[in-house]
Amino acid sequence: MNFTNFGKYILLLKAVFRRPEKTKIYVKAIFQQMDFIGVGSLGLISIISTFIGAVMTLQIAFQLVSDLIPKTIIGSVNRDSSILELSPTISAIVLAGKIGSAISSEIGTMRVTEQIDALEIMGINAPGYLILPKILAGITMVPILVIISMVLSIGGGYLGGTLSGAISAAEYIQGITTDFNPYTIVVALTKAFVFGFIITSVPAYEGFYVKGGALEVAQASTRAVVVSCISILACDYLVTQLLL
Amino acid sequence: MIEIKDIHKSFGDNEVLKGISGIFREGVTNLIIGGSGSGKTTLLKCMIGLHQPEQGSVLYDDREFTQLNFQERIEIRKEIGMLFQGSALFDSMTVEENIMFPLNMFTEQSRSEKLDRANFCLERVNLEGKNKLFPAELSGGMKKRVGIARAIAMNPKYLFCDEPNSGLDPKTSIVIDELIKELTEEYNTTTIVVTHDMNSVMGIGDYIIFLHEGKKFWEGSNKEISKTDIAELNDFVFASRFMKAAKGKL
Repeated sequence: MNFTNFGKYILLLKAVFRRPEKTKIYVKAIFQQMDFIGVGSLGLISIISTFIGAVMTLQIAFQLVSDLIPKTIIGSVNRDSSILELSPTISAIVLAGKIGSAISSEIGTMRVTEQIDALEIMGINAPGYLILPKILAGITMVPILVIISMVLSIGGGYLGGTLSGAISAAEYIQGITTDFNPYTIVVALTKAFVFGFIITSVPAYEGFYVKGGALEVAQASTRAVVVSCISILACDYLVTQLLL
Repeated sequence: MIEIKDIHKSFGDNEVLKGISGIFREGVTNLIIGGSGSGKTTLLKCMIGLHQPEQGSVLYDDREFTQLNFQERIEIRKEIGMLFQGSALFDSMTVEENIMFPLNMFTEQSRSEKLDRANFCLERVNLEGKNKLFPAELSGGMKKRVGIARAIAMNPKYLFCDEPNSGLDPKTSIVIDELIKELTEEYNTTTIVVTHDMNSVMGIGDYIIFLHEGKKFWEGSNKEISKTDIAELNDFVFASRFMKAAKGKL
């Protein structure tokens, strides 16, 4: 995104947060989007998180081959990595691909088929009607998905570690319960909130300003995923730097 | 009544509209005609606020539209119905939901009242019983008719139609044209139709503006159009073999 695009993005957000015409209709749209973003992504996030947790445990066990380091460390490292980085960031990148491309192509198609013009002619604030429910659903559901991801990732680590014999169940549980700092959850949820905003607003922006036809909608969709992923990684660094 | 005064619009260095003026009265079908790239759709978009003209004004019953901000325009937009070239129906909604959408957004009517209005509009465009179909399940002509039904749902004072016959067979085109004319006369709306279809011009053109290279070249009625000696207009009107053959009889 260059500076012109960034300016347009800010102006679009200004229009998005105008007072809704009819709150009842917006509330219904928010719940529909929460279903799409949250419930619709639950299966994918669950599979990815469980496997990442399991693989992480195996890799940590492989790297910590020393009699001086207790095996409980495997659980601690897996827990902190999952909470602080893997669950929020990997979930966000996966969601940027799944949700981001869907949002961009939905809004982009509405643009090229004049559906957005139709909304505007009716006197409806099109950015607000189309984008606000998605952003509100994103910043609500992505943190919930990240919490589920954390639990499943740590659970996946337990399964991976115990089934392979890399660590015993007692050692793993001792590891994940030792020296737990609840502040890491705050950091992770802050990240999830920011990522939820990026995953919904950036693709919406790319779709909203599409010009042309099917080819341009596809290009906007690709651009939406790329820009969202880069923005997620940049914000990941910023939030980590600010909060830790 | 809608009045446009000296509308200028450019895209970069390309000046698309070069000072268009005109008065569109209520109760008659007003047509904006011209070849491809003559600026018809751009003029329409300037009139409804999808494009901002660099110069000139658009007056809806003496209310200056171009100088209004987004919030102020909403009141006038509630009085506008628009039929788009591609119908622009909302894909995710059924026919009934499409028609009820503006009512949901801007009225406090009960669900049964809105449903009655949707059914009335569907009946008006001869699509009774198609309430639960999605746009993807409709033919081109049916989509246009649903587009008209949605456009009239709020009882508009102003009705805009962008190429209502594009992509339709001649018989369906006539049905759409007649429907637009009937609604205009029945509800006394100020109707503006952008078209390059000569059947529409001859059939429903009560008042016609002819655009050529961004300028207004001619204005008059469908009865006068075949009797002009303006070369550009004659080239447009009598471009087809059929119209050339019919020239002597008009």
